[in-house]
This record gives sequence, C-alpha cells and structure tokens, in this order.
Amino acid sequence: MMKDENPRSSADEKRLQASEDMFHSVRLDRDKCMGCTNCIKNCPTQAIRVRNGKAVIISERCIDCGECIRTCTHNAKQAVTDSLDSMEKYKFTVALPAPALYSQFKTARTRNHILTALKRIGFDDVFEVAEGAEFVSNATRQYMKENEIKRPVISTACPAIVKLVQVKFPSLIDNLLPLQAPVEAAAGLAKKKFSEQTGLSPDDIGIFFISPCAAKMHTKNAPLRGKKSDIDELISFQDIYMKLRSAIKDIPPYEEEDIATASSFGVRWPNPGGESLAAGTKKFVAVDGINDVVEILETVDTNEDSKFRGLDFIECLACKGGCLGGPLTVKNVYVAQVIMKDMRSEQNCRYKVGELPAKHVDWHDLLWDRKPEHIPVDQLSPNMAEAFRMLSDMEEIGDSLPGIDCGACGAPSCMALAEDIVRGQAKITDCVFKLREKVRGLAVEMFELEGVMPPTMENSSGETDAGDGGETETSYIFDIEDGVRGNNKEESNEDRDEAERGNPADSDKVNSAEAVHSRGTAERSSGTGADWDRYPGSTGAAGKEGESIDDKRYGGLYSGHFADWHNL
Amino acid sequence: MAEENSMHIETPIVKDDFASAGEASSKVKKTLTMLGVKPSHIKRISVAMYEAEINAFIHGGGGMAYTDIYPDHVVIFIEDHGKGIEDISLAMQEGYSTASDEVRMMGFGAGMGLPNMKRNSDDMVIDSSPGNGTRVKMTFDIR
Repeated sequence: MMKDENPRSSADEKRLQASEDMFHSVRLDRDKCMGCTNCIKNCPTQAIRVRNGKAVIISERCIDCGECIRTCTHNAKQAVTDSLDSMEKYKFTVALPAPALYSQFKTARTRNHILTALKRIGFDDVFEVAEGAEFVSNATRQYMKENEIKRPVISTACPAIVKLVQVKFPSLIDNLLPLQAPVEAAAGLAKKKFSEQTGLSPDDIGIFFISPCAAKMHTKNAPLRGKKSDIDELISFQDIYMKLRSAIKDIPPYEEEDIATASSFGVRWPNPGGESLAAGTKKFVAVDGINDVVEILETVDTNEDSKFRGLDFIECLACKGGCLGGPLTVKNVYVAQVIMKDMRSEQNCRYKVGELPAKHVDWHDLLWDRKPEHIPVDQLSPNMAEAFRMLSDMEEIGDSLPGIDCGACGAPSCMALAEDIVRGQAKITDCVFKLREKVRGLAVEMFELEGVMPPTMENSSGETDAGDGGETETSYIFDIEDGVRGNNKEESNEDRDEAERGNPADSDKVNSAEAVHSRGTAERSSGTGADWDRYPGSTGAAGKEGESIDDKRYGGLYSGHFADWHNL
Repeated sequence: MAEENSMHIETPIVKDDFASAGEASSKVKKTLTMLGVKPSHIKRISVAMYEAEINAFIHGGGGMAYTDIYPDHVVIFIEDHGKGIEDISLAMQEGYSTASDEVRMMGFGAGMGLPNMKRNSDDMVIDSSPGNGTRVKMTFDIR
C-alpha cells in the first residue's frame, strides 16, 4: 500500500521543531545554512534532515559526534560552547586544559609554557585533564582486575561513543567501561582541591574545560552520574587560541611556572592507543573515526566469539586522530601529532609514569552512578503489528524510489525517505522523481480532459477524444493540428512530411522533427510553433500501442500541452 | 510479506564473495531492530545466523538464507549445496573444525560455529549428509 497522500502532520512539525529546540552540542546558524546535503549525507546515525530549506537535527538520533561541524562547507554548524566572559561569574577560576591543547602551539617549549600562559590570560589556577586521565587509567586497571565485565571492554572516554552504543548497539551497553571520562574526574578533583585551598564554596570555583570536542558539552549537561557535572564552562580551542598564542609569545623560559604534574601516560591519552596503553591492557585495539568505530562495533556485536576472541579492550574515538583531530581544534591533526610527541617526552614531565596516581583518590569515586539506557530510535512503532505493517510499506515505497540517494528530498538516502514516509514525517512527493511522475500523470489527465467537449459544443461527427487524434475543434485550439493528428498511426508519416514541407522556414519545428527522428519514433510528428518540442517530454506521443520505451517515459507530456496558451 | 504480521526475507549467500559475507544476517538484524524486537533476542539471532551464514559460505560454497519473522518467533532456514557434514554429532563439538588453514588465517573456522548456533537458538535442526549439502533450521522465541 502506497501512502501517496500523506501530508506532514502538525504533530511531526512540532516534533522536528522540538528537536531543534532541545539541547545539543551542535547549533545551527540559520542564516548560513543553505539547506545543502553535505551534513545529512555524512551523519553516521542519519540524524539530520533538511526541512524548509534548513538542516534539522533529530534530537534522539544525534550522538554529538561533531561530524556535521566538520563537513558543513558553509560553517553553519557550530559547537555550543561558553564564552571566556563568564570568568566574571566566579570568585576563583580554574582552567582544565584537555591534553590535546599541548599539540596546538608550534612555538610552545613545554607544557609549563602553555599552562603559565593560561594563568596569564586570567585564570587563577590550572589543573591538567591529563592528571584526571591518569586516575581514570588507574581505575580502569583496578576495575578490569576486580570485576566481571563483558569482554571486549569498550572505552567510554569519548562521549559520542557512549551515545552511539545507546542508539545503535544496545546489546553492547554491558561492555561499556562504567567510569567517568578524564575531564569529569579532573573537574571533581579540581573543585575539591581549590575549594579546600581557598576556603571558598565549590560554587564560587569556576571550572573551565578547554576543549577540542563538541560532544563534551553533552556530558557537561547530562553526565552519567547522579549529580550535576563539576564542569562549569566549556571553552573551545578555537575561541581561546589567539589569546593564548600571544600570551605564549610573551613568556620567556625563566618565567615558566612549574605547574605540569601529569606523566607521559596521561598526556598521550588524546592519541589513539593512549588510553589503552595507559590502562595496561595488552590485547587492545584502538579505533578512530566514527565510521570505523561503527564498523568495528558492528563486527563485535554479531561476531564477538570468533573474530575477537581474547580481545580485552577496544578504545573507540569518534574523531580521526583521536582528540587531536577534534572538531574544535586549530592545528591539522598530523601537525598536532608531531608537536604532541615533543610535549609528552619524559624530560617534559616532572613525574615519571606510575608515580602520580595519588593514593588518596579512591577509584570507586569514578564509577558511573547510572547505566546508560537503550535509545530505540530505529524502532518503527511500539506496537509490533503496526511495525510489521510499516516495515512492509517501507519496503514497497523504498522499491518504488529511484535508489540514487540524491538527498534532494532532505533525507540522506532513498531508504531513509521511505522510513520517514511511513513514520509520517515526509511525503512521497518529497522525492523529485516521484513528483515529476505525478506532474506527468496530471498532464496526461489535463490533456484528456481538454478533449472532452460540453454537449453544446460537440459537432456532428461527435469526435471529441483528443487522445485518438481528433481532427476537430481541438486542433484549432492548439494550432498544432499535425501534432495532434500525429497520434493517429496510419496517417502519421504522411502528416509529418506534409508538416515539414508545409512550413520549412520554421526552424524550431525542423529541429524538433530531427529530434524525433533521432529517437527512432518515426510515427511521431511535432507541431508547428512548439518551442517545447526540444524537451524530452514532447515527442507528441500520448501512450498508444507501438510506442517505444522513450514514449512510455515521456509519452505523458504531449506537446500540445505546451503550446502557447495565449491561443486560448 | 503477503501475510499480515509477518515478514519474509530471502538473501542469497554468494560463493567466494567475501565482501558480501554476513549481509544476510545484518539485513535480518536491521529488520528486527525496526520491528522493536528486544536487543537480547536480536543479539542471539544475529550471532547464530551469522555463524550459519558463514558456514554456508565457507563449507557450503554459498546457498540461500530464508528468514520468517512473526510477532512471537523467528525461523531461519539456511541451505547450501556443499559437500555436506559426515558426522553431525562430531561437528557439534566445540573446537571441531574442518576449515582450511587459509580460512583459519582469516579468523574463521575455530570450530565454534555449530555450538554457538545451538546455544543461541531455541530449536535447531540440521539435515545433512555427504554430497547432499546442508540445511539448518533455527527457531527463536522472541516473546
């Protein structure tokens, strides 16, 4: 059953509107959005549609991976971040630089150089996220030793991965490492440390996460723990870059403060493999780039027993190159890798590997307070009978679509459009090809109706059906008598010759006659004065027997329809 | 598809086409997800079907996978026209495999296929004899 007439209901408009208003790490600049297909095509969970000429994110499908920020050629997709101006809100401010920050400055000598610069631009103090990463590494080792967790364990430091599993791989939720991300751990420790140190209430301490990542905004707002996140503000690398760069320039070596505490294990975390190595697992695999992650999780999901036997740990990072390739970074990911190598070298670290993990931190504090839930976005309907019906409709609609995944309908693929249609969020005519078919059908109908005369106008012969090539009143209306008669097979060759001889000066007509020949539909002829005959829809056929494939395809648009309407 | 409240899927398993190995089970998995079948059921169905599909691919030289989905159960029937199984009870033992070294190098053929299928399905019937190919029917309760 096709649902041709399925107007987008107001409820669905509301739903799309609602998802637009709901919180996301990604925001759309409506003025910049051209309604093109770049983001819808590259979204790994097919969470974006174009509606009314603008991209719309389907909230529950979005995993905050930031892929659309990267692929938007008009810079219309932007990360939701906070501003440095919010420093004024707090009595004491602490910068939490993600370790990837160290890879962004060619001119920086050491981590201390960058950390000192952070203090110069206004932060009261600094706490390395890399230090939090070491606590998480320690907790990972303990957790995997003491607990029966489904193998392979899937890393959860990248927030997009957690949401990806919730949306696409519900049966892998038990494989997720139930520990907070390094930044959460660092924020908690920093809040505690500086509130004790200054005697201020934790609310007066502003924790500013300096982030390469859009998805971290999501954890800030919906952390996997009972209480509110300890991160107060999220500042993107890009927003702080120029300020920090000029501060770095002004600091001579002797003014560098001794701030950096993390060892090379914590600092290498943002590189793919860094987390696995720090966690001390031998049988691990590090996968970066969201599409590769989807592929590997797909494999684990269906085939955990044979291909992945013995695998302990899968480190998944949504961005190519890990956090060094985050959407909010400034430096090219490979340049960043080169700089990072220097920054994490042993002589650049005060503490050696393993010295830092402070004994006073109980790793149990880093455990999640709640388990992430399955978000069943692919389910068609909560009612299975309904779902069966929708699925079979969807297949039928999908088969009828052209299958070229052009995206002009606003959905990423023809199958996605079919799904949107059965969900009542799109209509079949959103497909330009389907729309064209419909228009053609209407054109045929119009033509047929045109030939029907009211009884008062019928002449004595009673021949009124234009489809049969009526030689009566219809002809003078369109002034394309020959074209109309051309449908009459027996007469057509003669007619065409007549037409060509009769008016050789009409170049349009000659052109069109040639076109007709080249298509091999010799029975057809075109009418006089019909400029439209250049177009494929005007072979003059109205679907009679003996027609070629071209006739079937184009036959609906009989040239007569496009005759000059002024004649009417 | 003709019947109300059921879905029939047919997927060919193409000989030697590694790129398409696993396609049948991933299609069924996607369908079950859209129907809203519980993730735990989807997991065992897709694991069992993947094993059966790979068996038909490696040992059976390709064949067909037929899946029927009903509101309360799923039936998967996979047939191949390969060399067949000589001793089914031996083949059912964990670790027993006749796969070539080449296939093992690819990470298959560890001798866990049939036991995994048995473990993940609620009912499994194998019909096979040397030279007559293999037919496997697995039934899954999804209530």
